[in-house]
Order: sequence, then C-alpha cells, then structure tokens
Amino acid sequence: MSWFERKDLNIVTKSPKEMPEGIWVKVPATGETIHRRELEDNCWVDPVSGYHFPIGSDDYFQLLFDEGKYREMGGHIRPVDPLSFSDRKTYKSRLVESQKKTGLTDAVKVAAGQMRGLEIVLACMDFRFIGGSMGSVVGERIGLAIDHARENGIPLIVISQSGGARMMESVLSLMQMAKTSAKLALLHEAKIPYISVMTNPTTGGVTASFAMLGDFNVAEPGALIGFAGPRIIRQTIGRDLPEGFQTSEYLLEHGFLDFIVSRNKMKKRLSRLLKILLHKYKD
Amino acid sequence: MNYLDFEKPIIELEKKISELSELNITDDNVLLPEIKRLRERVEELRASIFSNLTHWQRVQLARHPDRPYTLDYVYNIMENFVELHGDRCFSDDKAIVGGLATFEGRSVMVIGHQKGRDTKSRKYRNFGMPNPDGYRKALRLMKTAEKFGVPVITMLDTPGAFPGLEAEERGQAEAIARNLREMALLQVPIVTVVIGEGASGGALGIGMGNEVYMMENTWYSVISPESCSSILWKNWDYKEQAARALKLSAQDLMKLKVIDGIIREPLGGAHRNYAIAAKAVRDQLVESLDRLSKMTPEELKAHRIEKYSKMGAWEDVSRKPAGKGKGGTAKTGKTSVSDTPSGSGKTKSRQKK
Repeated sequence: MSWFERKDLNIVTKSPKEMPEGIWVKVPATGETIHRRELEDNCWVDPVSGYHFPIGSDDYFQLLFDEGKYREMGGHIRPVDPLSFSDRKTYKSRLVESQKKTGLTDAVKVAAGQMRGLEIVLACMDFRFIGGSMGSVVGERIGLAIDHARENGIPLIVISQSGGARMMESVLSLMQMAKTSAKLALLHEAKIPYISVMTNPTTGGVTASFAMLGDFNVAEPGALIGFAGPRIIRQTIGRDLPEGFQTSEYLLEHGFLDFIVSRNKMKKRLSRLLKILLHKYKD
Repeated sequence: MNYLDFEKPIIELEKKISELSELNITDDNVLLPEIKRLRERVEELRASIFSNLTHWQRVQLARHPDRPYTLDYVYNIMENFVELHGDRCFSDDKAIVGGLATFEGRSVMVIGHQKGRDTKSRKYRNFGMPNPDGYRKALRLMKTAEKFGVPVITMLDTPGAFPGLEAEERGQAEAIARNLREMALLQVPIVTVVIGEGASGGALGIGMGNEVYMMENTWYSVISPESCSSILWKNWDYKEQAARALKLSAQDLMKLKVIDGIIREPLGGAHRNYAIAAKAVRDQLVESLDRLSKMTPEELKAHRIEKYSKMGAWEDVSRKPAGKGKGGTAKTGKTSVSDTPSGSGKTKSRQKK
C-alpha cells in the first residue's frame, strides 16, 4: 500500500497535449515549433535549421513539375502476393493496410511532364508504403520510367526513399535490382541523362542498384544513405560508428555524390544541370 | 566429421556399424548379416531424411562446414588455374577469388565467393563476405574476359556483402550497383551456379548470368532467414519459419522461374562426395557454355537484359475485363519467356523429380 491515496476518483491524468494538427509543427532537429504555412512555402524545409521533413511522391511531383501538372504512368501495375508470404501478418493484409493508409498502390509513382519547360520522366519513391521497399511493382514501374525515357529520348530523374528490397517477395524483390540495372544499362548506352536523387533514407537493394547508377548522383542534406543499415554495422564491428556516418555529407566527402541540394533549390539546380548538358541553357 | 542435428540418427547407426566391424569375432555368420542389415537401414534412413528436407535443413546443408567451395570446384573440374588478384584500386579481397583456367577444352574466367575451412582461414576469407574491393576485382576480371572473348563462370556462396564501416566508406552499394549494370552489358557468356549460400545483393553482385543454376541443397534469397526473423518477427528465434516463408530453396526458385535448373548433389549433400558434386557442375557448365557460345556478343547482351527485365510478379489491372473489381489473374512477367535468342526456355535442366 502506498502512503498516499487519491482522494477523488475520476481524475484523469492528462497526457502531454498534442499539437493541434496542421497549425504548428515541431522541428525534430531543434525542438522549435514552426507554422505549417511557413513550412509549406519552403518545401517542408525548416528555414532555421535546414531540416528536411519527409514528404511523399505527390509533394515531389508538385515541387518539380511546372504548375504541378504531370501525366502519371504505370498506375495499372499492381502488387500481388506471389509467395503467399506471411510472418506475424500476411503480406496481403500489409498491402491492403498500406494502400488504405497512404492512398498509394505501391511504393513508387511514375510521371512524365515538364520541369522548367524541359520534358522529363520522374519516378518518386514513397517511404510511407511498407518502408519504401522495392518489390516487383517498384521494379516494374521504375523499369517503365527507364523505357519511357529511352524510347522518347527524355531525361530521367529517380527520387529514392527506401529501406531496401521488400522481404515479402524474397528473391523476386532481389531480381528487381537486376532488372532496373539492366534497363539502366540500355539507357546508359543510349546516352540519355539520368539523375538519381537520394533522400532520407536510401538503403539496401535500392542504393545497390538504380540509386547509385546516376550520371549524376545527388542527395538532400542530412539523408541516411548506405548499403547495410547502421544497426547491423554496429553489431557486426562491435563499436560505435563515427558521427555523421552514412549521411549525405559523408558520402559527398567519400566521393559518391556529385552534390548535395536543398529541396527548395532542387528544381532550379536539376533543370540547370540538364539544360547545360543538353545544350539548351540560355540566360 | 561435422554433422548436422537432423543427420544424428544416421551418424549413430554408422557408428554402431563401425563398432561392430571392429569387434574381433571369428564367427562371421553372426555378425555379417547384422552389419548388412544395418547398412541397408542407414541407406534407407538417409534416403528418407534427404527426400523430405525442410527449408531450414537446406540452409544448414548449404552452410555445412565440409561443403565444397569455389576453389574445390576449380581444382576438381578445371586445369591450369592461374589466380588473378586485386581490384587495381585499393586491395585484393580474399572473399572473392578469380582467375583464368582451362575447362573441357576451352579457356574460361572463373570467379566465385570463397570461404575458409578453419578459424584462421575463415577469418582470412572474411567468412565469404566481400568488401567493395571484391566486387571491383570481379568486375575487372569480367572486363578482362570480355576483352579477350573468354566466357565467364561465377560461383555464388556468401552469407552477404560485408556490413562493415570501411565497406560503406568505400561504397559497397556503388560497387554492387555498377557490377549489375556492367554484367548486363557484358559481351561474353556468363554462367552462374549457386554452390552454397546466395544471400541477397552480395550474391547477385557477381551473379547476373545468362543462365543461373542452383545446386540441390543451396539457398538464394533477398535476406538471410535469421535477419528476416529479426526484422519481421522482431526476434532471432523464427529463422525456420522465415526460411519457409522466404521460399529460398532451389525447388522454389525453379517454380518462380528465377533459375534455369537444379544441379543434383550426391545423397547426403555435396560434402559427401566432392567428385560426384563437381562432375554434376561440370556437366551443366559444359552444356550451358556449348549453348551460349553459339550466340553473338550482341545476342548475349540482349538475352541477359531480356531475361532480367521479365522477372517479378505483378497484376496488370488495365487488362482486366471491365466491371470486375477483383480476382484477375496475376500477370507474372517472367512466365512469358520463350523467344529469347538462346531459347533458354528449352534448357534441359537437371531438376530433381
């Protein structure tokens, strides 16, 4: 028995008051709060710390395509459960849940449109859908984007955001690394430009296939980019990892990125790069 | 002699037989029939255990410490092996070996993961887990082979690419990704055999063959059963369930049309008889190289790109009859194989019945 007792019943312990949805947003990097409108106007980048909030494929489409106009492709390609996979949940139920929660059909969306007047095809991954994992649909849709770029001679941009290959499709997921790389090989031979943009996080089979194969590999600041995840590496080598290990800045320093670009400058930098490359740069 | 837990009944009987044989009893009439009976019993037992292996038991067999490794196959079926070292960049990775050799009247470039046999050599080989330098060495050797028109044979046996600090620092992901793209474009035949463990990108990084075979008791998957268990079950104890769920056996991959055939192993596993296992590998390699060497460099490249472009399983909802919401059959990209230049669909595979 404790020496104190509650005198009144029905006292409800208040949980810390939740932020009213959609007005003030807390910045994880600093703990400060910022008005949602200010964030939206700045592409979800905190103007003080430069922290990049995660955003989805639709947001990137709005950000990069002129007037937010684009034609989606590959929406007819939908996931199935080829192995009848089940762990604590079935893969089927995970798919349905993710589809309901995100309104997406799988972890990548592909669209064609114009970026500062230049026709491009853009594939953008979405971490919210089963950790942005790459299964057959992701591989096939990215394959479609690559084919479209090659057949029409227009530049390809892929924005990655993924925990790696999707375990629930086992070896079929693994083969998507081979598929996307094989198709990129053809694009490479056709001399069509390909920019790979890595965002937080880009790891595993996605990094070890199309994300590292850009003519230009670029990243948002502070993103986690690597092959093995930091937890596994720490377990394997049995010591702590250096500060900033596997961040965009670390990869730039070790020679794996061409440059780091803030999200609010991305459209400008990428279109400038492509226009110089394609001899279309004026002013 | 190393043996696995499920082999215990066999090992116990074998022990009994050898004990009986060593007894100095002059009256053979008593002992001989008994020994004969026990020998038959051992064979029956072995046949029954090995015809009903679970997924996890196959994983165990693939990791058997006595299993033949890449260099064992090289020395069993090839001649004049000249090992070639180094990535010309940073180091010579000991977890991937490679070199030129002669094989059944032709020159080949053979490349494979290599594990060690004892504590010292296991460490030396980094347990068969390559660093980026290993993938870069493999690519260098493939490009050399291409330059001189020599076909490439790769053997996969790795628990995964090494998840270490320096591996990340030197670009493990970039090294594997580059290999995938360059293998797709290689203008000489590539034949791949999974001889042990085929763990994820670390295996695929040297495994994009025009034809890919798995030995009977090997596994090939996007992740090891242990890691899968720890991620999806949040616990390391579900490796057997994970192995089953991942459908990682040669039989499964044959059904998924990811591989072209299964190479039979001697009863009890490849480690029971290196010569028989190696002969089966040799026969398959000869057959594949005969077929692939008839193709032009451009055909080989196109064949490989088409093969991997088809892989995966998805549903095409635009092809469904209107009005039906659900229940359309999944279009599996890989099932529509047929008119590839080599006619890979006709591959005579040594599939276990």
